[in-house]
Amino acid sequence: MIKVENLNKIYKSVHALKDINLHVKKGELFAYLGPNGAGKSTTIRILTALTNPTSGTVSINGFDIKNSGFAFFKSNSIKSRQQCGLVPQSINLDQELSVYENLTIHGLLFRMGKSERNKKIEELLSYVDLSSRKESLVKELSGGMKRRLMIARALMHSPSVLFLDEPTVGLDAGMRRKIWGLIKKIQQQGTTIFLTTHYIEEAEFLADRVAFLDTGTILVVDTPSNLMSRLGTWALDRLIEDKMEPIYFSNREEANSYIASQNESFTLRRVNLEDAFLSMTGKKVK
Amino acid sequence: MIHSLLAVYYREMLIMRRRLTRLIPSWSVSPLLYLIAFGYAMGKHVEIDGHSYMEFLIPGLIAMNSMTQSFAIASEINIARFYWHIFEEIQAAPVSDLSYVAGEVLAGITRAILSTTVILILGTIFGVNLSCNFMFWLGVLLNSFVFSSLAVGLAMLVKSHGDQVLLTSFVITPMAFLGGTFFPLENFPVWGQNLIHILPITHAAKAIRAASLGNTPQISSYVVMAATGCLFFVLSVMCVKKAKD
Repeated sequence: MIKVENLNKIYKSVHALKDINLHVKKGELFAYLGPNGAGKSTTIRILTALTNPTSGTVSINGFDIKNSGFAFFKSNSIKSRQQCGLVPQSINLDQELSVYENLTIHGLLFRMGKSERNKKIEELLSYVDLSSRKESLVKELSGGMKRRLMIARALMHSPSVLFLDEPTVGLDAGMRRKIWGLIKKIQQQGTTIFLTTHYIEEAEFLADRVAFLDTGTILVVDTPSNLMSRLGTWALDRLIEDKMEPIYFSNREEANSYIASQNESFTLRRVNLEDAFLSMTGKKVK
Repeated sequence: MIHSLLAVYYREMLIMRRRLTRLIPSWSVSPLLYLIAFGYAMGKHVEIDGHSYMEFLIPGLIAMNSMTQSFAIASEINIARFYWHIFEEIQAAPVSDLSYVAGEVLAGITRAILSTTVILILGTIFGVNLSCNFMFWLGVLLNSFVFSSLAVGLAMLVKSHGDQVLLTSFVITPMAFLGGTFFPLENFPVWGQNLIHILPITHAAKAIRAASLGNTPQISSYVVMAATGCLFFVLSVMCVKKAKD
């Protein structure tokens, strides 16, 4: 589905991506987890042909995303773009146009016929719960509505791969949960999803597999449960010189007996992906 | 290719339709002021080559306006690119660079033709009826093709909207005043005339003026505009590719 080999991106003196190798399977929800500046958005921009890689190859459903030479007309890149839907991090809707017009333009850009386009618009607006706002101007919508509209827009041409770049950034907890439900629903319909996030709970809740990315390098790729179980199941947080230091245990009983043996206070919690990331990089995701 | 081109064009037209009630007055204000100040007040008793100054001025204003309005597509592209990030939506779609440039250029030409119509209406109000024949509209079309193609290319090269404003000040404004819009080029020394003849706006003003006053325009002016437009168009396609990095 998505195949990335030895991908590098260098911006002047900054080596933003270093020898990235990935293989995302069909129907999988793959999360790319890392702190700000790790290279998540750069990867997604390259995978969706918005930025040219410095070296390496990327293919989507077997189509190379890179144009060969000065391609005026149809190319592999254009074919690969047809397979992909993109929800970028920043809101990139036409604010002066209506919800319907934004979706219509997307349909036209992806060469959809009028009847197919209108049918899909009705279907998707109902799917993201925006049917009543069809004629509203985008600038009149709330942040959460705009995010849902962007997801609907990305699904207009029924892509087989959906790229979501921090899809819930800036949203409140309730709206974030609503969008998670929507993402799960999209995956259940067979769409491969590539998600970047710096929200631990988002990756834990949604992802089949997670890649940890730090300073342009992939540290590990595994399922969330495997990544967490490397450390244990339960964690005790204790305060040492203004810093929370976790201690990991394979079960709750072990953690409880440790607490009983110590004369200080702890916070008992389940191990999460943040712990796994912290143990590998020495720093937090957020 | 045509499908994507029309999609890009349709988007620009939808936005323009939404803004039309604001755009028409903005297209009218500058030409109206030029007509009142230069045409009516200052040039009332001036005659050039057997025509009133108003008859001389309006074709020049049309050349200038079709240049500035078609070039204004650059600002629209930059706002879409730097503030709204809509350029990414188009770049992520299966739209070739050629289709994108063609769609934007077509939008620039449409904008120029509509603003030309506004000037023609103003001219009629001032009692000047020009001959709007095929060669007149061809001149307007080629002139706007040149400057909308230039606009798309430059919009891809600039790094901020502020740079775009600078380009307009240093490239478009001097051409607007020196390209034979307000006065005959013969008033310049020979070296100045030769220099000004390099500018495509000079050829546009000459061709549009000759056609609209019932004279036979020089074919060479049309050839220069067509060639310059094609060159800028190809360079713009290359600039879109470059803008990805």
